[in-house]
Amino acid sequence: MSSKKEQHWAKTRSLTFTVLAVWAIFSFVIHWAGEGLNSPSFPGAYFMAGMGSQIAFAILVFWFASRQNKIDEEFGLEEK
Amino acid sequence: MIRLEGGFVANLGKVYGLYTLGFLGFVILMGILEAAGVENTIIGWMFVAFTVLIYALIGVLSRTMESDQYYVAGREVPAVYNGMATAADWMSGASFIAMAGGIYLKGYPYMAFLVGWTGGYVLVASLIAPYLRKFGAYTVPDFIGTRYGGNLARFCAVIILVVASFTYVTAQINGTGTVAARALQIPFELGVWIGLAGILFCSMLGGMRAVTWTQVAQYIVLIVAYLIPVFWMSNKLGYGLIPHLAQFEAVGRVQELESILGVGTLMPTAEAQAAAGGLAALKVGINDASEGFMEKWKFFTLVLCMMAGTASLPHVLMRYFTTDSVRNARKSVGWSLLFICGLYLTAPALATFTKLSLLDPNVATSIIGKSVSEVTNLEWIQQWSNVGFLKVVDGNGDGIVQINEFFMRGDIVVLATPEMAGLPYVISGLVAAGGLAAAMSTADGLLLAIANALSHDLYYKIIDPKADTKTRLIVARILLVCIGAAGAFVASLKLTSILGAVAWAFCFANSGLFFPLVLGVWWKRANRAGAIAGMVGGFGAGAWYLYMVQFAGMTPWMGIDGLRFGMIGMPVSLVLMIVVSLMTEEPDAETQKMVDEIRIPSGKVVSGN
Repeated sequence: MSSKKEQHWAKTRSLTFTVLAVWAIFSFVIHWAGEGLNSPSFPGAYFMAGMGSQIAFAILVFWFASRQNKIDEEFGLEEK
Repeated sequence: MIRLEGGFVANLGKVYGLYTLGFLGFVILMGILEAAGVENTIIGWMFVAFTVLIYALIGVLSRTMESDQYYVAGREVPAVYNGMATAADWMSGASFIAMAGGIYLKGYPYMAFLVGWTGGYVLVASLIAPYLRKFGAYTVPDFIGTRYGGNLARFCAVIILVVASFTYVTAQINGTGTVAARALQIPFELGVWIGLAGILFCSMLGGMRAVTWTQVAQYIVLIVAYLIPVFWMSNKLGYGLIPHLAQFEAVGRVQELESILGVGTLMPTAEAQAAAGGLAALKVGINDASEGFMEKWKFFTLVLCMMAGTASLPHVLMRYFTTDSVRNARKSVGWSLLFICGLYLTAPALATFTKLSLLDPNVATSIIGKSVSEVTNLEWIQQWSNVGFLKVVDGNGDGIVQINEFFMRGDIVVLATPEMAGLPYVISGLVAAGGLAAAMSTADGLLLAIANALSHDLYYKIIDPKADTKTRLIVARILLVCIGAAGAFVASLKLTSILGAVAWAFCFANSGLFFPLVLGVWWKRANRAGAIAGMVGGFGAGAWYLYMVQFAGMTPWMGIDGLRFGMIGMPVSLVLMIVVSLMTEEPDAETQKMVDEIRIPSGKVVSGN
């Protein structure tokens, strides 16, 4: 019983770390490039700060929700 | 009143679909009335009166005397609607009125707010919201108080919540006052109290239940009001049907114009700036991205502070207590983010197209490069100069308006766009209704967060645990009115600008609450002494630093100014919490078991509520 919960938590934790890693890339790493994202043909810095990161975050949250549901179901710990 | 088969919640799609059609119909009717020669003032009045009456009606219909309904809307709000309500709760007068103007005036560095205020939801979804939903709290201090045990921890959380939320709510009431004053042509102070009356009508009788359903209605109004002018402008300027896609070409053109006109090089003269007072000229280009370490560091710190603040602000977190399951709490965060993106992804486009309308000499509405007398004779320039929102100062006396001679307040980018671009007045009325909806919905959420913490955590849990439900709910309502009145009073003093107060609220919240909340779920070893040390130390250090930088004239350390003082508060909070927890005894077996329960979705809610 408790080991099932422990495994569930271990998987939940690693999913969360994955999510946070992607989150950190779109929050900090990309914007650290700053002016480096701009090219003569496309305003990359403007795009990433004004649109790209936000879209990535929204996709990330929905992806996280569906992955976490699968983990919960795998261990029979979802809400009945 | 129409009776719906299966109750209100089962028919949400129908109800809000009809509501949206009704609202669009109302906008069209106003357009027809305008064409028929009805005065602008009357149209402004109709917009404000019609929308506020609808919100108040929803508020009255949602009245309740059950504590589950009052505090968490009966925990039956579907994920999508909770997402919509959260978006309205979240997007304040500052998002609606000030954000596009901020991007316009402050360029790329300002977009750190856009990244921070959306990425914070990743933290909400992955670290906090589902676990707090499983815990089953009524309020955020309720979680802190039960997880760490003892009245002191609960009390500290209540104090931080009140300081952070109160800082924020005065800015919102200020926002409702500003919009009401302009739309209704009444004095600002009166506007503040009228705004407050509207806000209280929405929340007082039905608590969270009423606020939820009015916030959904307010989201619909605010998003319609924000999008229509931008679409209109993008098409009018000939850049394309969808502004979000058309903006990139427009940015190229704006950058071209900025370098020709000398944005960033042609600074206002000292005398001109003195004559313009608090108004600002355009000094930063829209895509002048960070280059040096300091610029990158400032972008990074602002993003981080706004994100951690998002994940610790109680009025946002408590929205996820109202979903019908843990599963839907997670999904609901995704919906919130999507609905928020509806406005946030549009703000840069609005800023860019406004720049084109004003700077591009090929566009009829442009003003830079025209003669001063011609510009100051424009009707919208005169109107907004009269209320002190903009000023033309001919610094070099050549009779031509240069980029460093046009001063404005960022707010007019949203508020004046319809007049600037020559759109009919009905659009101005719509924008006013949208700004009012944004400020009211946030104020409602904040006032409720404060009043609920005081009535549930301070009064019921600490002062009088034997109080019956009826007394508790009456206390909650009295507190709501008192706090609202206090907020309106402070707002009428006009102490800070809208944005300053908003950024402070985020930093107060993350300094004091972020780590106690996150570690409460993620670190079983965290105990009462550690949490109290983390809250008091983090909040204290942050508040001290803010005072030193903002009021005592200290030079900001490492560029950490008053907008970013969470960079001081958060590390102090984290270190203190870990060190003190490790130095004191680990939490008892019962608490550890409770944390285990929070971590799995199945089973009953953990708290006794």
